Amino acid sequence: MKCRKCGETAVINMRQHKLALCEEHFLEWIPQQAQRAIQKYRMFGPEDRVLVAVSGGKDSLSLWDVLLRLGYQVEGLYIHLGINGGGYSDSSLEYVKRFAAAREGATFQVVDLKADYGQSVPELARKTYRGRKPCALCGLVKRHIMNRVAYEGGYDAIATGHNLDDEAAVLMQNTLHWQTGYLARQAPVLPSVGRGSLTEPRLVRKVKPFVRLYERETAAYAIVRGIDYIYDECPHAVGSTTNFYKGLLNQLESRSPGTKLSFYLSFLEARREGLFSGSGEALELNECEKCGQPTSAPGLCAFCRLWVPR
Amino acid sequence: MVKVMFRDKEWELRAGMTIRDAILKVGLDPQAVLAVRDGKLINEATILGNGDTVKLIAVISGG
Repeated sequence: MKCRKCGETAVINMRQHKLALCEEHFLEWIPQQAQRAIQKYRMFGPEDRVLVAVSGGKDSLSLWDVLLRLGYQVEGLYIHLGINGGGYSDSSLEYVKRFAAAREGATFQVVDLKADYGQSVPELARKTYRGRKPCALCGLVKRHIMNRVAYEGGYDAIATGHNLDDEAAVLMQNTLHWQTGYLARQAPVLPSVGRGSLTEPRLVRKVKPFVRLYERETAAYAIVRGIDYIYDECPHAVGSTTNFYKGLLNQLESRSPGTKLSFYLSFLEARREGLFSGSGEALELNECEKCGQPTSAPGLCAFCRLWVPR
Repeated sequence: MVKVMFRDKEWELRAGMTIRDAILKVGLDPQAVLAVRDGKLINEATILGNGDTVKLIAVISGG
């Protein structure tokens, strides 16, 4: 199989695009796709400061690499969650450190949940979730810390490595359960909008520059680019519902290339046309009594409630 | 013969088949794995030769 651009041996065939590319042209194509998404969805510009959430996985490290190559002003944020007695998080952090050490201009900061707040995610989950999987709690913790660091640091946007498979899996779950509120809010850009569609300065814009890339492509980019990433999944994510839906979508994709892309992009188009408008009520945001971050309910935000003794 | 590895599993397959066929043969989804030979990513139409060792890498990983 030959590269469509130069005729050299292809390293990847993207059946949904009917496009096979060699190493050199694949390494050009990925940043082009990211740049296209950044511009199309108006994520950020060259003058903006972007905080990249990095986990040590292939998506976030590839995203960091691509944004550096594109010349954006980026800084990494690693949140140490204390997964697997701290072992999984320690390993993940090592990958982040090695990545940064090998690249000029790749600076990052670390927030350690246990050291800075007193408890790790598994410890919090045992207390508040009574042994259930801590994934929802982990998401809440990460969103809160990302927003706090971005706001306090004066960043214009938070970039995450979500890829099209992540988005399509969530879309499938939300569609099967007709979660219209979630469908209305699922987008490549989550703007800093609060009360009455006014800008809420304490809510930093979240963006997903890899939203049009398949997970297969972000993994391939990491391999071809020589990015060493944590290969083992988070132990809590093994067997997760999201991964189950990803598997189902990949089966559909194998039978009919382009299914995932079409599913997601058609949804975005339908959403743009107003098919999923939610309740129509403006989101009323309050200020958390403790941390000051925006919260939908009066009093403490969901993150600060986690730390209330029970 | 061709050695195919995925996580802690190994298979011996006959030479002459494509990567895509090899992936299907061992019961995996070609969408869900990438193939690496001698440290290099190889495309799904690559024909495997005698003595090749191919490592399959799950695309869902990390993070």
